[in-house]
Amino acid sequence: MWIRIVWTILFLILGPFAGGLLAGIDRKITARLQGRRGPSVWQPFYDLLKLFRKQAVIVNSIQDFLICGFFIFIVFTGALFFWGGDLLLVFFSLTLAGIFFMMSACSANSPFSAMGAQRELMQTMAYEPMVLLAAIGFYVCNGSFAVSDIAQAHLPAVLYLPGVFLGFLYILTIKFRKSPFDISTSHHAHQEMVKGITTELSGPILALVELAHWYENVFLLGVIALFFVASSWWTWILAVVMCIVCYFFEILIDNTFARVKWQEMLKTAWSVTLVAGAVNIMIVILIL
Amino acid sequence: MPKMAKSPWLLHYDGSSCNGCDIEVLACLTPVYDIERFGIINTGNPKHADILLITGGINEQNKPVVEQIYSQMPKPKVVVAVGICACNGGIFKECYNILGGVDKVLPVDIYVPGCAARPEAIMDGVLKAVELLDKKQNEAMAKERRENHAG
Repeated sequence: MWIRIVWTILFLILGPFAGGLLAGIDRKITARLQGRRGPSVWQPFYDLLKLFRKQAVIVNSIQDFLICGFFIFIVFTGALFFWGGDLLLVFFSLTLAGIFFMMSACSANSPFSAMGAQRELMQTMAYEPMVLLAAIGFYVCNGSFAVSDIAQAHLPAVLYLPGVFLGFLYILTIKFRKSPFDISTSHHAHQEMVKGITTELSGPILALVELAHWYENVFLLGVIALFFVASSWWTWILAVVMCIVCYFFEILIDNTFARVKWQEMLKTAWSVTLVAGAVNIMIVILIL
Repeated sequence: MPKMAKSPWLLHYDGSSCNGCDIEVLACLTPVYDIERFGIINTGNPKHADILLITGGINEQNKPVVEQIYSQMPKPKVVVAVGICACNGGIFKECYNILGGVDKVLPVDIYVPGCAARPEAIMDGVLKAVELLDKKQNEAMAKERRENHAG
């Protein structure tokens, strides 16, 4: 019980620091891959503190409320995960947070913001089946949806679920908002729809969205770690190493692929889900 | 508190420029000059921007656009006029459609002359503008404090 509380509090306090630092390292590595010097690794924190100090331009009364909902449910998702709660509930609350985010973009009277929300819906449609399959895969292996039970398994789940892991890695690019799937918004200089889903957000509210993304990224790396942890202590080291490797892999993909149209994203994401995810789970059901 | 100057986000608007200065502005983002090492991001969204960077003179058609972009930026904000056309109209000054430099419609903080302005000069101008951001923020806070005190 105490360990669960410690994990949750660690996530709530250290989550944003780890997320911000990861974002800073991401920008540094991206710059190096492009042959630039790049900003300091602390740059995301400077950005966040600046945004909190900027003037708040309020578009309508409902938007700020919806963004707060997005933030609260992302934090709830991560906290529940690190508490060791039910994986299905974790993923449903992640989806709910995403819906809050899309509704906030729709509430603003801007075509760019609305277009960003529509593209975000497409992204949700592309990654959601794989997220649910991952939860089902963990259940098939361990007979439980509880994260605390899955983390105490005899063998790392990835040994049974290599296909599900690859599928999850594929949709992780969408969740991290990385190229080629950063179609709803972008941290690169693409400006064909201004800033997509975050166009109408400014100042402190945009800072809240950034903070939520940092929490979300730490939670997603937590799911990656869940594929590798088991009862023996060395699997935890393996999990941390694999989180770093996967994060670097996503940065590499981000820098080597041009963004694709949503049709391509949907087609490939669902194909990978079906081939790698569903087939893997069927084989595991037959074997176990 | 860290300074505003550590994270200035930039919005580039092309007035009636010949594109010479615009190419130099984009050159600042390339590995040779790498303006991002100062934390500067080219956002393209007025609601995220701190610095409005304008190239080219102002004409009747882009006057309302420039005014609207400026009004959409949250405070504190600064305006940088890049190139001689943005400073005072330059070679197009006598044209029937040109109103003049950016300062005909907006309060310009930093002027970067040149035809075309060199990337070094643009970066110098942007970094001078960045210092102004902090000054403006401090002034706004002091004013707010005075008003609260009076009220």
